[in-house]
Formats: sequence, C-alpha cells, structure tokens
Amino acid sequence: MSLLQLEDISKKFGQVVVGEGITFQLEQGDAVGIVGPNGAGKTSLFAMISGDIAPDSGAILFDGHNIAHLSPAKRARAGIGRTYQVPRPFENMTVFENALVAAQQGARTRGQKSYDLALGALERTGLAPFANRQAGSLTLLHRKRLELARALSTAPRVLLLDEIAGGLTDLEVNELTAIIRSLRSDGIAVVWIEHVVRALLTTVERLLCLASGVVVADGEPKSVLASDAVRSVYLGGRVLETRGPNE
Amino acid sequence: MIWLNVVIQGVLIGGFYALFACGLSLMFGVLKVINLAHGDIAVVAGYVAVFLTPHLHIPEVWSFLVVVPIFGLVGYVVQRTLIQKSIDRDPFTTLLVTFGLSVVIENLLLEIYSANGQSVNIGDLIAKSWHPASIIYVSYVSLGVLAVAVAVLGLLQLFLSRTGTGRLIRAVADDREAAQLSGANYRHIFGIAAAIAFATVALAGIAYGMMTQFAPTSGGVNLLFAFEAVVIGGIGSLWGTLIGGIALGVAQQFGAHFNPEYQILAGNVLFLVVLAIRPQGLFGRRTALA
Repeated sequence: MSLLQLEDISKKFGQVVVGEGITFQLEQGDAVGIVGPNGAGKTSLFAMISGDIAPDSGAILFDGHNIAHLSPAKRARAGIGRTYQVPRPFENMTVFENALVAAQQGARTRGQKSYDLALGALERTGLAPFANRQAGSLTLLHRKRLELARALSTAPRVLLLDEIAGGLTDLEVNELTAIIRSLRSDGIAVVWIEHVVRALLTTVERLLCLASGVVVADGEPKSVLASDAVRSVYLGGRVLETRGPNE
Repeated sequence: MIWLNVVIQGVLIGGFYALFACGLSLMFGVLKVINLAHGDIAVVAGYVAVFLTPHLHIPEVWSFLVVVPIFGLVGYVVQRTLIQKSIDRDPFTTLLVTFGLSVVIENLLLEIYSANGQSVNIGDLIAKSWHPASIIYVSYVSLGVLAVAVAVLGLLQLFLSRTGTGRLIRAVADDREAAQLSGANYRHIFGIAAAIAFATVALAGIAYGMMTQFAPTSGGVNLLFAFEAVVIGGIGSLWGTLIGGIALGVAQQFGAHFNPEYQILAGNVLFLVVLAIRPQGLFGRRTALA
C-alpha cells in the first residue's frame, strides 16, 4: 500500500485544465520533484492533495484511506504538510508561536510535547535564534524556513514543498536542500515543486513533469529532463504524445 | 472643575462603549464579519434579563450570571450555522444576513414587548453615587460598568496572548487558510470568537439596562457608537477600543456641555477627524488582533 496515491485526478477551472488524469504513487521516504511551466497545474495539484480545492473527479488515498471528503485541517492532522509558494506566516505572532500552533493543532500534541516539537522544528530549520521575533519582521529566507518549520511541526508523513528555493541565493538554497535531505532520513516523503532544477537534482530521486494538467514524464530525474516530452514542453511545443487529438 | 466633571462623565460612558464594542472588534478581526446585529443582540440580552430571568428567581442585578453564558452558547451556534453559511457564500452576504437579523430582532421585540422603555432593576443602587467634590457626581453603576469593561478587556487580552485557544484565534485572524494547513479547524475558532462577542455584548446590554432605559430600537445607535469606538481606537487593538470608547465618550460630553443637541454630533466629529487624520485609528495596526 502506497503512502499517498492519486488516481485519475482531474480538475478544470472553467476552460482552464489544471489536472487531467493525474495518477501517481508515493512511498514512505520518497523524494519526488515536480517541474513544469507556469500554469501547468503544479500548485493546484498540491491544493487538491492538501484539500484547499476539490478535484472534479478521481481519488486521493492517503495511507490507504480516501481523504477526498476531509477538510484541510483534518488532512494536516492525518500527516499531510504543505508549504506555500509565497510564505504566509502568522505575521502578528512570534516565530515560536507559529510553530506551536502547528504542533498543537496539526500534530495533536499538548503541553511540553508541543513545545519540544515546535522547538525541534525551529532548530532543524535554523530558526531557533529567531524564536521570539515577530514572524512579520522576518526576511524572505527566514519566512521560507518558517513555512518549512510550521509544516514540520505538524509531524507530517508527506511534505509538499511549493517552490521553497525560489528567490533565494545559491548559498541559501544549499542550506535549505541540506535540511530537506535530512527529512528523508526520518522517513518523511517529500514532494517538491521547483523551478530551480539544480536544487531539485541534489535532493530528489524521481522527477515528474506536469504540463497543462497532464503528467508528461515521470521517472529518474536525468532521463526525465532529457526526454522529448519535457523538451517539447519547455521549448514551446504544444503537441504532447500522451494526449490524443480529441482531448 | 466643570471640565473635570465633563471628562469624568466621558470616561465613565466610554468604558461602556468599549465593553459594547470589543465583541464587534473581535468579530471583525477574526471572522472579517461586520455584525450589523451586534447592537440588537445586546438589546435582546437586556430583555432576557428583565423578562425571563425573574422566572428563574434570580434578581435582575445578577441576571448576567445566567444570560452571559447563554449568549456565548447562542453566539457559537449562530456562527456555526447562519453566519458560517453566509461567509461560505461570500463576504458581502454576511452584511445582508446580519442586517436582516437586526431587522428581525427589532421587530420581534416590538411585537412581543412593545416600544416601551425598559430597564434592569437594580434597586437603590441606581441613585447612589460618590460625591468627591461640589459638582462632581460619580454614579456607582457607571463606575461599576467602567470597572467591568476594563476587567473584561484585560481578561480578553490575557486570553488572546497567553492561552492556546487565544493563540489559535490570533493565528486564524492572521491567515485562515494557513491556520487550516497547520491543522486548525477554523470554523470552530470562528465559533469561539463569536461566542466571546455575543457574551461580551450581552453583558454590555445588561449594563446598558442598568444605566439607562432601552427599547427594541436601542441597538442601532449603540452599534454606531461601538463602530466609532473601534475605528477611533484602531481595528484589532483591544486597549485601543477602550481608549477609542473613552475618547468618544469625552467628546460627547464636551458637546453636551455646550448644548445637549451637540452630544452625538461632537462624537461624530471626532470620529471623522480621526478617520481623516489617522485612518488606521489611534492604536491601529495594519493587520488584525492583539
């Protein structure tokens, strides 16, 4: 039984297709990268997994259970963590409080356990020195780390990272990928949307390419990047082999 | 000395405004809902205290002990049903729904209890006052209401900053979706915020009935004052609401000192001046709560 299983997920916003027959599985400790042009449906895919938007059709199984009817909060409690592309900290709260809310609500812990969990997440992401700062006063790098820390505080089994390296310097990206790699050794499965492909390649062992809501390639990162399907997507080719003429 | 009295009377009434307004401020800060029925809920609490709690053999003075918790519960239920449904639809629906609620409440009260003024019977206490100087009278009731207002705002502030639930309320006020992603059921948190709003405004309604008379239509004008207190103080700041209420009260008393007709006018002028010079309010921040 896979940890996370998407079966034939489709979603349209009016005429805009953000998902069409998306199917993939994820096992414990997997690290999967997702690439694709803007508007390919990458973030929408995350939103469907985390429950912010509902797919038009298809099933999402987490640990063997269909989670389609669960609220985002319940999915977070079940073990699906997600970070936003544009960080959304609770700006009027301290960094520690941000993590604490996630530890209490997402991981269903209380008292000292919540404190330990939240503090652990802050230490892991290098935010411990900033624990008592207002989250609204953080720089971009630290906001991105706080997104990660907050997601980690929910004690996730799957972590959905949405362009967490975007806008950071090389050095900052390296620090972040080191953190993400360390998560895998804890058995957390990571799904990572990223345009900074170089960062992805240091971390993931599998790559998915999404275009117009369709998975056009899925496999070993280097061979996916070299595939004709991915090349045609990034070089502006409209015709994809995986889609029939009538679709 | 005469001016000192004006300020004292303004501060006393300002405490009441703040007590009345803190729930409005909380509802707006957390739910982003402007509850146009806020004032009417206070009036209903007054009627319940006057007409229903005597059946329980509870003196009207102590009626708040029963009425406030009940209104908290009602607030939670109304939020989880009626108001949540309108939030899900779109933010403007909440304005229509709460306005509709306000109209329904006013007319029901008129139908059941007529337009006669009512007040909460507190016996001799109503006439007693502290008389520290020749022309200064500090009514015990008003002083008590001010003390209650400060206590309620202080407790609310402590609750929001120190407790886990308070922290959750602030998180949801900051970013509802991100809070959900962290595992928080924001609807439940909305319910708690509404419960606090209903409970505090019920307390304010009973306090109003102790200080003066209320009628089915008293909600509207008090809602206006509550709005002004919140805006003058700054949205999202509880102590700001207290200062806003006091500033409004003092302005009204100054107006009334020159001519009783200027009482409300003076308050409105202060409100407009603050809006023009400092639209975020005296203690306002760019974003929500505490």
